[in-house]
Parts: sequence; C-alpha cells; structure tokens
Amino acid sequence: MTTAPAHAGWRFRQPSVIPGFGLTLGFSLAYLTLIILIPLSGLIWRSAALGWTDFWALATDRRTLKALEISFGTAFIAAAVNVVFGTLVAWVLVRYRFPGRRVVDAMVDLPFALPTAVAGIALTTLYAPTGWLGKLLMPLGLKVAYTPLGIIVALVFIGLPFVVRTVQPIMEELDKEVEEAAATLGASRFQIITRVLLPSLAPAIITGFSLAFARGVGEYGSVIFIAGNLPYKSEIAPLLIVIRLEEYNYPAATAIAAIMLALSFAMLLVINLVQTWSRKRYG
Amino acid sequence: MADPEIKSYEPHHESRSAAVTESRPVRITLTTVTLVFLGIFLLLPLIIVFKEAFAKGVGAYFQSLGDADTRSAIRLTLLVAAISVPLNLVFGLSAAWAIAKFEFKGKAFLTTLIDLPFSVSPVISGLVYVLLFGAQGLLGEWLKAHGIQILFAVPGIVLATVFVTFPFVARELIPLMQEQGNGDEEAALSLGASGWQAFWYVTLPNVKWGLLYGVLLCNARAMGEFGAVSVVSGHIRGLTNTMPLHVEILYNEYNAVGAFAVASLLAGLALVTLVLKTLLEMRYGAEIAATRGH
Repeated sequence: MTTAPAHAGWRFRQPSVIPGFGLTLGFSLAYLTLIILIPLSGLIWRSAALGWTDFWALATDRRTLKALEISFGTAFIAAAVNVVFGTLVAWVLVRYRFPGRRVVDAMVDLPFALPTAVAGIALTTLYAPTGWLGKLLMPLGLKVAYTPLGIIVALVFIGLPFVVRTVQPIMEELDKEVEEAAATLGASRFQIITRVLLPSLAPAIITGFSLAFARGVGEYGSVIFIAGNLPYKSEIAPLLIVIRLEEYNYPAATAIAAIMLALSFAMLLVINLVQTWSRKRYG
Repeated sequence: MADPEIKSYEPHHESRSAAVTESRPVRITLTTVTLVFLGIFLLLPLIIVFKEAFAKGVGAYFQSLGDADTRSAIRLTLLVAAISVPLNLVFGLSAAWAIAKFEFKGKAFLTTLIDLPFSVSPVISGLVYVLLFGAQGLLGEWLKAHGIQILFAVPGIVLATVFVTFPFVARELIPLMQEQGNGDEEAALSLGASGWQAFWYVTLPNVKWGLLYGVLLCNARAMGEFGAVSVVSGHIRGLTNTMPLHVEILYNEYNAVGAFAVASLLAGLALVTLVLKTLLEMRYGAEIAATRGH
C-alpha cells in the first residue's frame, strides 16, 4: 500500500522522505473502519435487508412521519433563529468594545462544553410554568416547556455556537477598505451592511446554518426533558428510535435511523451546492 | 491571511470614522440586545443548575453526592473517558501524520469520513452498536455463545463514546500540522534523526498546545455524552450508569437536588473546560491555528 507501482505516471502517493506513511495510514484506516464504517454499514445492511415493501410501510407510518416532521421543522426554525442572533452576537463581539467582552466571547462556547442532559434539565426548570422564565411567559399565553416551542428553545441553545464560531472569523477578516470605499461613494451605513458586508458573510452564515441545523435534527439529550414527548405533537425522531428499540422493534428503529441519515445527507448536499453557488456569486 | 494590509487593522475600533461604524445609540442597542439574549439563553441555564443543586442547603448537596449510586456513576464516567480519550488521541495523531505529512489519492475523502460522526445523531451512533452486538444483532448469537457481554456493559459504553468523540483530536491536529509543513521534520531527518525521534522531539513539541486543545474538547464530550451512551447502556444503576444518565434517572424520580447536584459537577467540568480553552487560545492562539469552534 505504501508505494503503488508508478506505471503510466499514476501514483497513489507523492514521494516523500518522511517515514511512517504505511503505519499511520494503515492504523487510521483500520481504526476508522472498525469504529465508524462497519457499524454504519451494519445499519445500511439491516435497512436494506428489510426489503422495499417493509421499509416503505415502516417509513410512512404516521407516527414516524410526524416525528420526522417535528425534528426537521424545529431544527430548521432554531437554525434560522440562530442565524439572526448568532450573526448579531458575532458582529457585536467583533466590532464593538465593551467591558467583559472576553468573558462573553468565552461563554458562547458553553453549549459545546455543557453536557446535553444538564442543558435539558436546566432549560426545563427555567421554562416550566413555575420556573423563572415560565412564570414571566405564562401571562403572555406562551407555554414553552412540554410543547414544540420548548424543542426550539433547546435547539437554539445547542446550535448558537455553530453560527457564531463560523461567522466570527470571517467577520474579523473583512477588508475595511471595501467599507470605506462604499462610504466614500456615498452609500449609507445600512446600504453598506446589506449590500457589501452581508454578501461576503453569506457563505459563512450558510455554513453556520447547516451545522446548527444538522446538529438540531439529531439532538436528543437536551430536547427530551423539555419537549413533553407527546406522540404526534412533541415527539422527535431520535426519541422515537429509542422508543422502538425499547420495544425490541429493531426494524422500525433501523428504518427511522436510515431515513434520518439519508435526509440529513441530502440536506447537507443541497446546502453545499448553495454554498458553492454563493461563493461563486459573492467571491 | 498573511496580508500585511489586513494585519495592520487598528486594534481600537472606536477610532473608526463615523462612516464605517454605526451611530452610538445603535451600537448600544445592539450590544444590549446581544447581552440580554446571551444572558437568557446561556447564563440563566448555568445559574439555575447551581441554584437548584443548593436549593436545600449545602448539607443536602453533599449528601446527594455521597450516595453510592452517584459515586459509582462518577467512577464509571471517569473510567470511560480514561479509555476513550487516549484511543482517539492515538488515532488523531496517526491520522494527522498520514494526512498532513503526505500527499495521496483520496485524502479529501478520508478527511470527510473522519468528520462523519459529527453529522450522525448520537442516538444513531448508539443504535449502530445495538444492531451489531444486540441479541438480534449481526454478532449477537456469536457473542452470546462465547459469553462476551458488550451491550449493557462497559465495552458498549466505551465504543459509543469513542464513536461520538472520534473526530475531536484529529480535526484539531490535521489543519495545524498541514500549516506547519514538513520542513522541521525533514531537517531533523537530514541531521540523522530516526522517524520516531523526529516525531517525538520535533512534531510533538510543535503541536502540543493544539493537541491539548483537542484532548480537552474530546474529554468534555466523552464525559458528557448522553444520547449514544443512553442507547447502549441499559441504565443499570451502580453498574452501567454514567453521570449524565444518572442525572436523567434522578430527575425522573423528582429528586431535583440529587439531579442538579450531579449536573453541577458536569457544569463545573464544562466551566473548567471553557476556562482552559480560553487560556490556551489567548496564550497559544497562533500555535493552535485558526481552527476555533467545536
């Protein structure tokens, strides 16, 4: 494997004096295959073994479709909320100076570091009808905990750093001269932001959106506490997988998982295409 | 961006001319909105964890942490992290060496595969092992015949944790080692160092802070993983219950103080992780490279 025969100029790898290629690549591939590839292909194999009719029956089960709709729908809304607030947070952190900025900047990563179960019970306690925030929202007629709105709140928490940390470095690198040029040409501040700055941030914002969205679709720990988990109302797809597993209904669990994987990859593909397009368009 | 024009960006944005920043009231409004949003979404959940944990006083807090099941959950979580983090550390170093030091066909594809676990739901990460090792699984019969227990036991929990924390070290090291190039190693080799010596005395010191950064994030996720572990663990108290799973059990038993006491330990771990991460970024930002984020 280390040195493929160099017939017709085709080489598996470029020559190098650095040793250890065979060992490190071999070990990495073996480990990757054992831990990730074999288990994942097991899932694909199992769903293929179901046969098309069975798979279709399981996939179009009403409860399954509803759970998928809730998962993808809430993740989409939460990612959209995060695009707005995440970009705002990045903007304020990059452009403005205020006391405690460093601490606020570090805090943004909290959802990466805080275990999801902890986030789940903390958010539920806050938004429960007797909680600090639930009490304030109750008179407004807003019920968050144990409703789909609660799922969105949890996913906004989980997804926020994905948007901020994707947009922030690009914002820091924005060329100031372009803004100045626009200003000298008579553009208003609003025009500069919408016509000059946002287009160059668009690819990063789309990446952030897709990362937050992908994470939200699969999220389990933080959601199950706050969602209330009512079938057809606030039951997410990952939870339905767990429920089917607990019923020893492996085929149903496998089918839902296969659909989730396929849908997630299809969405990521579409988002990648959109991104390539926006990069071409806006440089 | 090594462009000197961009590097000379003035550090104080207040000195920007009025044309390229917002008016003062707009700046104050935007900053306030941001701080209120982050306060509600990030700070309040953190505060409530500690408030609930100490709701019945310090005595009740320490009493619930002294519980035998809680202590065994803490031990199991430490054990699982102590096995899975080194495994992914060795993989990360090995994959980064192969990918960053050499040019070969299919490299981009391999890099994509390494990131794969990030786009798989934690529940599915657990499910794939159930399908493989469960009673109805592909290897279920064989394992049963040989008396090997993987699911609902420590090996299954370790495997699921390794799966979800798989990319952390590798994705931190690959861009860093790519940026550093091969020059240092080639110099060491030309001076007569063996490949192993070049790795140990040249590469490792070059990437040590980036490595620590990756390990830190890997460990935080390993100790806090819930979904994947929940699927493979079987929730046997005192045996296969990790800290995050124990939080769930206590919470569902309406033992709020107990649940939040364990949660406060995990929140403490998250805070320590954040502080160390920020210190590393401030002190060794350049040596960790521009790969901030998860």
